[in-house]
Order: sequence, then C-alpha cells, then structure tokens
Amino acid sequence: MAQTWIILGATSTIARCFARQLADRGEGVVLAGRDIADMTATAADCAARGALLAEVIAFDARDSASFKPILARARDISGTISVAIFVGSMPPQEQIDIDPSLIHGTVIDSFTGPAEFLGLIAPLLEERGSGTIIGVGSVAGDRGRIGNYVYGAAKAGFHTYLSGLRNRLGRAGVHVMTVKPGTVDTAMTWGLEKLPFLARPEKVASDILRGADKQKDTLYTPIIWWPVMTVIRLIPERIFKKLRI
Amino acid sequence: MTWKTVDYAGWGRVHHANSPVARPERRSALAQLVENTPAPAIGMRRSYGDACLNDGGRAIDMTRLDRVLGFDAESGMLHVEAGAQIGQLLNIFAPKGWLPPVMPGTGFATVGGAIAMDVHGKNHHGAGSFGCHVTEITLMTPKGPKVLSPSKNATLFKATVGGLGQTGPIASARVQLLRAKGDVMIVTERRVEGWDEFLALLDASEATYSVGWLDATARGNALGRGILEEAETGAGLVPPAKRGKRIPLDAPAFAVSPGIVRTFNAAYWRRVPDKGRTVVKPIDDFFFPLDKIHDWNRLYGKTGFHQFQCVVPIEASAALRTMLDRIAGSGLASPLAVLKRMGPGRAGMMSFPMEGYTLAVDFPNRNGADRLISELERATADAGGRIYLAKDALAAPETVRAMYSERAKWAKTVKAADPDGHFLTDIVRRLELRST
Repeated sequence: MAQTWIILGATSTIARCFARQLADRGEGVVLAGRDIADMTATAADCAARGALLAEVIAFDARDSASFKPILARARDISGTISVAIFVGSMPPQEQIDIDPSLIHGTVIDSFTGPAEFLGLIAPLLEERGSGTIIGVGSVAGDRGRIGNYVYGAAKAGFHTYLSGLRNRLGRAGVHVMTVKPGTVDTAMTWGLEKLPFLARPEKVASDILRGADKQKDTLYTPIIWWPVMTVIRLIPERIFKKLRI
Repeated sequence: MTWKTVDYAGWGRVHHANSPVARPERRSALAQLVENTPAPAIGMRRSYGDACLNDGGRAIDMTRLDRVLGFDAESGMLHVEAGAQIGQLLNIFAPKGWLPPVMPGTGFATVGGAIAMDVHGKNHHGAGSFGCHVTEITLMTPKGPKVLSPSKNATLFKATVGGLGQTGPIASARVQLLRAKGDVMIVTERRVEGWDEFLALLDASEATYSVGWLDATARGNALGRGILEEAETGAGLVPPAKRGKRIPLDAPAFAVSPGIVRTFNAAYWRRVPDKGRTVVKPIDDFFFPLDKIHDWNRLYGKTGFHQFQCVVPIEASAALRTMLDRIAGSGLASPLAVLKRMGPGRAGMMSFPMEGYTLAVDFPNRNGADRLISELERATADAGGRIYLAKDALAAPETVRAMYSERAKWAKTVKAADPDGHFLTDIVRRLELRST
C-alpha cells in the first residue's frame, strides 16, 4: 500500500539511498533537513524515479520551532504516514573531552530533538492507526566505549526511548523499529582509518526497508553486527574497562 | 575527512595510481573542492588505461553525485548529475519509454565519463556519439559553475566533450533521451563466414543498433568470421536479467591461453544457427552483456589486460583486414573482439569517432602484447585512422597527436580554462596532449 514517509535528516547518505528505494516502489517522501538545496536535488531524483510525492521541508533538530510546520504538512497528506529518522551528530570524542559543552548539542541532535519530534507526531499516527516509525540509532549505543561514549550515550537514550514508544504505539497499530547500523561508507567515515565491516549505504538502506516490511523491532545492519555486539555486550565491565575497541 | 589516500587502477589493471581522493556527496562540497583544491574528476574508472588516473596528484570521485535533477516526460529532456551511471538511467527511464541516447559497452560508465570520452554505442552509425545529445553542461571551475552548450561558450563546450576532464569537473548535464518502444530488445543474430561478407553486411544494415562480434583467432578463409547482431527496441514481457555475479579472485594465466580462446570462440560462433535467429533480450543484456559479471577484468589475472580500439576510414578497410590478420596470427587475442560501422557523428575536438570501421580487441598483458599493439597503432596511423583514448595505455605521444587533427586548438582552449594544469591526468601527461 502506498504511504508517505517523513524523512528527517534527509541529507544523510543512508537517508538519500532510503528515499530513492522508497521512490522506486512508488511511495511518497517528504524530505526534512537543513540543506534545502541538497534535498531539492534528492526530491527531484525521487520524483523521476516514480515517487507518489516528493517534497522538501526545513528541519533542524536544535530548533523545535521547525517541528510544527512538518506536523501540519503531514496532517494534510491523506493515507498512511510513516516516519524515518536519520538525525544525529558525532563530534570527535577527543574534542568533546576538551570542551564538554559539546555534549549538549550531540544529545539534542542524536536523541532529544528527534524524540521531541516523535512525541509531537505520534498522536497523528495513532489516530490513523497505521504507519511505521524507524529510528536510526547506532551500535555505539550498545556499550560506552572510550572512542565515542557521548554519541553512544545519546544513541542509547534514543534506543530506550524508541523501545518505550514501541510499547506505547504497538497497541494502536503503529510499528516502531530501532535500527543499529555499524560503520557505513559515507562522507562521515571517508578517510578514517580502516573500519571493520564497512557497509555500503545502499545495502544499509535496503536492509532497513526490508526490516520495516517484516516489522522487525530491532535491526542490526549489516547483520554481522548482531553477533559482534552480542559478544561485546557480554564482556564483563571489569575486563571491558581495560580494553580499547 | 575530505581526502582519503586510495590505490586505484584503470579497468585494464595495467596502470595504477595512488593519490588522495575526495568524494563529495553534495554539490556545495564539490564547489568548495574545485575552488580550494581543484583536481580532475573521476567516475567509475571504466577507462582501460590511464585516462582515469592521477598518480601522486589528487582526484575527485564523482560517483556520489548521481541524482536526476529533472526530467520532462513530454520531451524526454533529462537533467542529471555527472556521477549517475548510464545503466541506472536505463533502469529508471526505459519503463517510461525513454533510453539514454547512446550507451557504451558498460552500464557502469557515468554521465560525466560518457561526456569526457564522448563515448559511442551500437547506434553510432545513426545517432552519433553521446555528446551529440548533450544540450548543456555545468562545469565546475575555481571561479564557480559555468554553463556550456553548443551555442553558449561553444568552444569550451567542444573542448569539454571528449576532453578527458581537462576543462574541469562536470557537475551536471542536460541530455536528450531517445524514445523507445519498450524495455526489451528484438535482436537478430547472423553467422558471418568471413571478412568481406562482414563489411558488406555492416554497410547494408538498416538496423538502429548493430554490432559485430569477431572470432579474432580465425585465420585463412575464416578470417573475419563472426556474428552480426542487429537490434531494435520492442515491447513485451521478459524477466529482467539476474545481475551481480562476481569474480572472486584473479584468474590464473591459462584462463585466456590461445587454445582455450580458440575453442571458446569456435563454440560461441556455432551457437548461432546457420540460418540465423531472432531473439528477445532484456534491454540491459543487449547493451551491457559483460556487466552481469562484476569485475570481469579479473579474468585476465593480476597482470591485467589491454584493449586496442581503432577506427579507420571506409576506404582503408583493407588496412583493417591486414591488422586483423596480424592479430589472428599472434595467438594473443582474447574472446572479446568487436567490429562496427561508425558514422560521422562526433561532438568534441578530441572525440574518437570518424566515419569508417572500428575494431576493438582485448589482449592479456603478456609478452608480445605491447609490441603487437604498437604495430597496430602504426598501421592505424598509416591508414588515416585513430585510436581511442578511453582504451589506450601504451601509445606514444607523436602517434596519437598526429591522429587528432584538432588537438592543438583543443590544447589552447584547455590552457585558457586551466592555465595551472590542475586537471592533468596520467594519460594527458603520457601523451603530452596539452602541449601547445
């Protein structure tokens, strides 16, 4: 069934691939983010591929005044509304260690901003009794590590929020899926030292789409991260605190 | 991070480069790069030799800028980012009744690459080269974007089409698509017994798309035997091709040894019945037969391979026959050999096509291949023809410069556009193409 997806953080590489794949299936996309020029190009691409609808709207996780117009737009679109959230920011941990005031913005971008938006739009989905919410978190949220524990903590908060939202919305026929991608080959990781299991964004996007179709609750993508993180979670803290992974 | 140091190679895997590469995902990031650290653009690196390499320098990988920016379903006018791949465009637009106007032998080639090489396809005799269908190019320059068309900045347009990226990265282009009946091809295959018959059939062919496969190992009376494929677009139901087999490792050297190639070629030739046949194929199967096997270049092993491609004028067909005879006698040819009639259509100063016959043959990179290819290059020059820079890895500067009559004018235009040589690549240095 055709539905319209509100995609937050639509300039992210994975979001762009995800929007394309939705367009290929003839679904509608409302692209929300900060770089309007870039999203306009993606919207044109989606329209050419056969999207039911392809629009651009401003969204800034740190400016909650930008949330309401998106909600208003969603109300005007009939049929099933779904939401996919690809928002987050990851300043280098060393930088945060020097300037802890960066924690605040990281948490807003990766957790509280998207959570507040979801809180606003959830009643609309409940009211329509359909739709899917996809929240993209991170494997970094599964355990605090020396390399990126502030980003990880924000994502862990987001995961817990999504799990509660799933518990709440499930009874109204709205499905919530938590996605935990590993490292993905994007502009963010380009040029970083050798990363393990680096995934193509197209592959991550298609995993997400398939996971949503199957109504998965939590999705590790690529799937190798599920056993990897299971092992990492099981390491006793007494040992883990001495590791550097 | 913006830059990543990468090892990369041409498709033939003979030439390699190691250099910092940036891969912008937004137009604004590309603009910044070209302003601050101008460097040549690279795409899917399907050029065989060193046209897509900048060893020791920098390069801008355009593959993430691959979106359709606009499409007019009435006129078929497409506005697209340069990193979009021809095969992707085929997949998007064929179901809507439109085709990329010219498709090279691989669907992985990007729009930017297709322009920079002014590529040709199986419809060249009628439709001309890719550049003939480009109505506008947005070029990134250190001073900002610049719009070129056959009427606006016309000289720079003609220096950019077929211009090996020397005028700067192409950000986007407007391309006129061609109407198609549907998304399948109706292909007639005919066995051809020898050289003279092949040329006669190619000359007489009225098909929109035509191409000849040659058994480049056949000698004597069988010299020039092969299969002629003529095709038109059609509508109907055919399951789409299964894509994406990979070659997991480099093949051992005997995979393309003379005996195996001879046996394969004879069987491949006999595959088509004596009387010929007409088959329906998925559109990408016809245009991109080799794309079904990703990394097929690994079949030639670690040392890689060369593709020699030349075009000679119609009246010099005898010289081409002599070249084929020489190839067949060398025992070096691989199964991949193509003969095609070309029309006059070309859109740039450094474009490859000319009215005549074009011959393309792959050779594994082994003893004797270099010498044979340089002999073939000399024969091409003597016949008044030229070799294709998208394929070349070996030629000498003097030979090539004599083949491209507008080269000096091109070099002057390029010098004005890029006075500091930011966009130089390995092939341009090797062949001294920009010397004025």
